[in-house]
Amino acid sequence: MKKLMTISIAALALSLAGSALAADTIKLGVAGPHSGDLASYGIPTVRAAELAVADINAAGGVLGKQVELLVEDDVCKPEIATNTASKLVSDGAVVVLGHICSGATKAALGIYNDAKIIVMSPSATNPALTQSGDYPNFYRTIASDDLQAKLGAEFAVNTLGAKKIAVIHDKGDYGKGYAEFAKAFLEKMDNAEVVLFEGVTPGAVDYSAIVQKIKHSGADAVIYGGYHPEASKIVTQMKKKKMDTYFVSDDGVKDETFIKVAGEFAEGVYASGPMDVSNLPLFQKALKEHKDKFGEDPGAFFKEGYAATVALMNAIEKAGSTEYAAIEAKLRSEYVDTPVGKISFDEKGDAIGVGFSMYKVIDGKYVEQK
Amino acid sequence: MEYFFELFLGGLTRGSIYALIALGYTMVYGIIELINFAHGEIYMIGAFTALIVASLLTMAGMDGMAVLALSMVVAIIYAGAYGLTIEKIAYKPLRQAPRLSPLISAIGMSIFLQNYVLLAQTSDFLPFPSLVPEFSFMEPYEHIFSSSELMIVVVTAVSMLVLTYLIKFTKMGKAMRASAQDRTMAMLAGINVNRIISTTFIIGSTLAAVGGVLIASHIGQINFYIGFIAGIKAFTAAVLGGIGSIPGAVLGSLVLGWTESFATGYVSSDYEDVFAFTLLVLILIFRPAGILGKTKTQKV
Amino acid sequence: MKNLKQSILISLWFIFLTFPLMVIRVNTVEQEVEWRWINMAFIGVGAFICSYIWRYLMARKEKGGNEEESKTSWHQTLTMDKRYAIPAAALILTLAIIFPNIVSEYRINTMISALIYVVLGLGLNIVVGLAGLLDLGYVAFYAVGAYSYALLNHHFGLSFWACLPLGALLGAFFGILLGIPVLRLRGDYLAIVTLGFGEIIRLILENWNEFSFGPSGIANISNPTFFGQEISRSSGILFIYYLMIALVIFTIFVVNRLQNSRLGRSWVALREDEIACQAMGIDRMKTKLAAFALGATWAGMVGVIFAAKTSFINPASFTFLESAIILSIVVLGGMGSILGVILAAFVLILLPEELRAFSEYRMLIFGASMVLMMVFRPQGIIANVRRSYEYHGLDGAEEAK
Repeated sequence: MKKLMTISIAALALSLAGSALAADTIKLGVAGPHSGDLASYGIPTVRAAELAVADINAAGGVLGKQVELLVEDDVCKPEIATNTASKLVSDGAVVVLGHICSGATKAALGIYNDAKIIVMSPSATNPALTQSGDYPNFYRTIASDDLQAKLGAEFAVNTLGAKKIAVIHDKGDYGKGYAEFAKAFLEKMDNAEVVLFEGVTPGAVDYSAIVQKIKHSGADAVIYGGYHPEASKIVTQMKKKKMDTYFVSDDGVKDETFIKVAGEFAEGVYASGPMDVSNLPLFQKALKEHKDKFGEDPGAFFKEGYAATVALMNAIEKAGSTEYAAIEAKLRSEYVDTPVGKISFDEKGDAIGVGFSMYKVIDGKYVEQK
Repeated sequence: MEYFFELFLGGLTRGSIYALIALGYTMVYGIIELINFAHGEIYMIGAFTALIVASLLTMAGMDGMAVLALSMVVAIIYAGAYGLTIEKIAYKPLRQAPRLSPLISAIGMSIFLQNYVLLAQTSDFLPFPSLVPEFSFMEPYEHIFSSSELMIVVVTAVSMLVLTYLIKFTKMGKAMRASAQDRTMAMLAGINVNRIISTTFIIGSTLAAVGGVLIASHIGQINFYIGFIAGIKAFTAAVLGGIGSIPGAVLGSLVLGWTESFATGYVSSDYEDVFAFTLLVLILIFRPAGILGKTKTQKV
Repeated sequence: MKNLKQSILISLWFIFLTFPLMVIRVNTVEQEVEWRWINMAFIGVGAFICSYIWRYLMARKEKGGNEEESKTSWHQTLTMDKRYAIPAAALILTLAIIFPNIVSEYRINTMISALIYVVLGLGLNIVVGLAGLLDLGYVAFYAVGAYSYALLNHHFGLSFWACLPLGALLGAFFGILLGIPVLRLRGDYLAIVTLGFGEIIRLILENWNEFSFGPSGIANISNPTFFGQEISRSSGILFIYYLMIALVIFTIFVVNRLQNSRLGRSWVALREDEIACQAMGIDRMKTKLAAFALGATWAGMVGVIFAAKTSFINPASFTFLESAIILSIVVLGGMGSILGVILAAFVLILLPEELRAFSEYRMLIFGASMVLMMVFRPQGIIANVRRSYEYHGLDGAEEAK
């Protein structure tokens, strides 16, 4: 058995080496949910990569070679993501754009790390990905959740003047992480108090009990970590109960669907999201390309996906090779113009030059609060 | 005390929501002993149909009670039709099959219907208009107990009474009970058992549609997945009350609703489902057939 | 002629049925209505054709029902007759061993997933197929196994090999823990309590951060070691593959032996008639608890391997849907039939992977095929053949099987 294993490992290694030698294209892996209920988070990144790579290839490619996309679906599930990752490694991806969900990303990173492949996510915001040091090959073009939670907490206390704050989350990876950071930041401030910290069950038929509890706690602001379906139910029931508590939330709520679903009840809700870059020429260019090719506005994480593609390709070009260490060095030293601004990366892998701002729903639109 | 009262009302609403779905569950179970996993999906389809009809009518310039009534009627017709069709395709050919086969067929049907609506309509959440008007006499209490909540509670109570009457005192109800007790014997007594089963499915499905419309209009949003979670909770409630019993389904739902509401209010919503399921286990340990279920002594 | 009329009616019925959902799509924000009449035509034609196929299959099912019973089917020959069974097993084993050398790592990975579900299916088969106890929360034991490895490894650095038996033991322990309160319950009451139990385990994992790290899960779970030596992740995959093959063989062996043991037969007796079974002097309590414990053992063990394989786990992997899939494997395969369960696990786990080409339609096809499978083969892919003893006079005594 052992001998057989050695042989098969050798065979595998050989086939890998073979494919790397024979490569006359630079292979960019793109992984994320492309089917299932979270597909709407993954597909915009694929489109972004297609558009960015089309531009790069038209300009002569990278290191004189054409860039080829390897697109693989992971449905945002950790157990599938490992399959996806090993498929990309087998197929000879040089660098990987993805994954979309933090959980799936964590599961897949080990496989890429063994194969010495750099991974850049446009959307995985879990702080541990960069801060724990467990994932040296990980980079991202979006700021991490703790920054967002800090913004939310400071905004609620300093700008809105809230003293008593109820922190609510949806028990999910993203929502609970955000809520815990917000709670930690609030506890450090002396002029605010966390009066409630609780999770709601996603998909429950109604949230009247938790709304009553918020009312009973006397909170003057709610900080909510989670996605828009639960947020709109809670906001609606709060407004129906004639409560005027502030509602501050995260990027999962800063979504047009939230306003569509909550309608008039959405008015006055605060949600943080990536900084408004709609004035940047590169962003406008990417937006126009998308509209020309797909005939609609791009979805979530489109510009981050576009930026990550540009940053990765730029690093390879500047490094002059597809070596792990060389790309890594250039990612950290070079600044590059992207649709999210002029960015570079720190040692942990977080992008320098991106951040969050707070938005408020005014007349059915998210308006940036300066 | 006021807090207690508010939680009580919240639990009442939530319990009534469960009850509207649980009634259909319990009827179907009572007659063919099948956990109809697709029942939650009928509830969802009812809500979607109502949303489509209501939007068309609103665009055509109608408003108020007329929209509610018309969309409710259409939703009921369609839910009944879906219930009938599902029964004919997925369960009827399985009457003689091993006991678990219809259950798997039901799970398959549930997955199929979810994805059917996902593909035919959308995966996004859709806003659902509040079709129930705000009654003027409820005006001063609207912030504690809204009109739509009142509507749900009243409709649940009425449905329970009508169903109990139907089953206890009509000829059809008698036939239903006979078919539930002994299918072969009922057939010998001249009852068209197949028709009785179909009728039960239609009645159960119409109730789900009524629930779908009222609940969606109360909550204000729907998507293809709402039926699944609500269905599981409603089924739990039906078992809690004693599956097969109409008042049991309502009582079980209310107990479940209150448990969840008070657990959230006084302990923590983190564990509301844990409380709900622990209560279920406890009740079933002491009353293995549910609160109002009759423990059948087995004859050999 | 009658058929034609009926098919037209069916097709009209389906046009009516699907009309609001398939044809109309309203955009409530923009106040626009989209009419998709083309879908109506598709449904009409589709329903018309399907009704013919349905009728044909139904007729065949009714006719074929009697014939099948009398003939010994291929799988019976394959599993019972030593002349075929040994070469077949050898062939499959050889294929299994060379399999990773001829396919990509991705295929190996999906194959490991399928093998994991084979073991889960066989484990649940003990509870549902043999003992007839409907368990809708089986995934809880799988979670127990996965978390026991992840947590013990994280806190105490316990190795994979130490955790494998520990996971199995913990699985068995939780099996008994669930078994005790539900001893008195029957049928669907049992089903709902097991469902509740599965949910409780998941919710605790989700909410009790200090213990389980909550919804963010546990990452960087160590690979298994090979006689004390660390192995890299890519060869770890191979290693886990062979480990799973070994575990599957071991499981088949044990389940097969159990089936024919005294315990296995009391399970079957319990499933058929609880009262008669008690009257025969079988301890109902012990037998039931043994079924829960032994079933859960496999889930616990394979949970450990699952954690090692993905190296990251979170509570989202252990939802009710997962339990439903495992139960479907058992029922689709044919309750109590080992070969059937194995085939069903391959179909249910590899089918969605292969259906990736159809991406958005794959769950639709998956649900529909579950329904159709049950309608046309309610006894499962391979119906379990009850062991029977026939008396052929003194001469034929050896032939009894």
